[in-house]
Amino acid sequence: MSLRSPLGRARGLGSAKSGLHHWIAQRLTAIALVPLSLWFIVTLVCLIGSDHATAVERLQSPLTATLLILFIAALFHHAQLGVQVVIEDYVHGHWQKLTSLVVVKFIAVFAALASIIAVLKVSLGL
Amino acid sequence: MAEFTLPKNSKIKAGKTFNAAAGAKRIKRIRVYRWSPEDDDNPRIDTYEIDLDKCGPMVLDAIIHIKNEIDSTLTFRRSCREGICGSCAMNIGGTNTLACTKAIDDYEGDINIYPLPHMDVVKDLVPDMTHFYAQYASVKPWLQTQTTPPPDRERLQSKEERAELDGLYECILCACCSTSCPSYWWNQERYLGPAILLQAYRFIADSRDENTGERLDELEDPFKLYRCHTIMNCTNSCPKGLNPAKAIAEIKKKMVERSV
Repeated sequence: MSLRSPLGRARGLGSAKSGLHHWIAQRLTAIALVPLSLWFIVTLVCLIGSDHATAVERLQSPLTATLLILFIAALFHHAQLGVQVVIEDYVHGHWQKLTSLVVVKFIAVFAALASIIAVLKVSLGL
Repeated sequence: MAEFTLPKNSKIKAGKTFNAAAGAKRIKRIRVYRWSPEDDDNPRIDTYEIDLDKCGPMVLDAIIHIKNEIDSTLTFRRSCREGICGSCAMNIGGTNTLACTKAIDDYEGDINIYPLPHMDVVKDLVPDMTHFYAQYASVKPWLQTQTTPPPDRERLQSKEERAELDGLYECILCACCSTSCPSYWWNQERYLGPAILLQAYRFIADSRDENTGERLDELEDPFKLYRCHTIMNCTNSCPKGLNPAKAIAEIKKKMVERSV
């Protein structure tokens, strides 16, 4: 039960003065992912039937490694932006929302970093 | 979490059936959502058989016919009966629309009538619009200027500037669009919804308004504006044929425009 005025409730805490950056980032990563995903699929298809050495050789090309790292970065950034929107849409409990947002961001950063380090390790032959 | 099932006291039960008088030739069955705050009963669907020969052509005519001739307890809002007041907005045959501008003949088989979705129900087909109107007030839907008005005439607009308001000024705030929007269903406490955003854009697009920046500032918010995911239900349901989704996209474009 609240005796707050309807306008007070509608105005709430006011504008967060943010949201544009998230919106642009989601679209930029989506645009980047179109060519990067196509490239990634083509690369994978080309490697069908190849042995481990060929795959390693392929990754040692600086261009392949760069594109793959870009793909990973764009992919995880885009994914966590998207999942954030889903959580904001559907999870309404304050703490559940906060916790799931933080967990998703942590997982995305961890998985992206682990993938990039794996690429670098193979690519640089460490 | 978002609620995907109805709470126990909102589950809809079967209701009464009112058969048409003997001798009726063209019979149409209208199934109407009924709920009253005056008892503890769950909502129910009452079925009314209408004699089309004794009733006007529109769905609103049928509802008025029910109230006048069959069951005077049926509660609904209506006023202008020509699609300009927005009072009789309801969910007819699965789509939000105005009962007064929809012909009974447009529907095959029974016609199902519910109140606007995901709003608190005051009674029967009457939803509680308090929050919706408060959200409208929150976007300050009036001309805001710094310049004092010219003493001898109106604030002028060129024909092109006036044309920018076409497709916006016609909105009658019936709430068909907002209450068809899933984002508005799940987050209406914070998301302004298509109707209010279209109204907000109506003043952003107005060449005479001088507070465009402040208006954009107020809207730049992950919930107020960016809950719109271009689902397009709003545009599909608008009984005036307007395009709220486009108006929202224009606001988003303005946000980009002022930052790059």
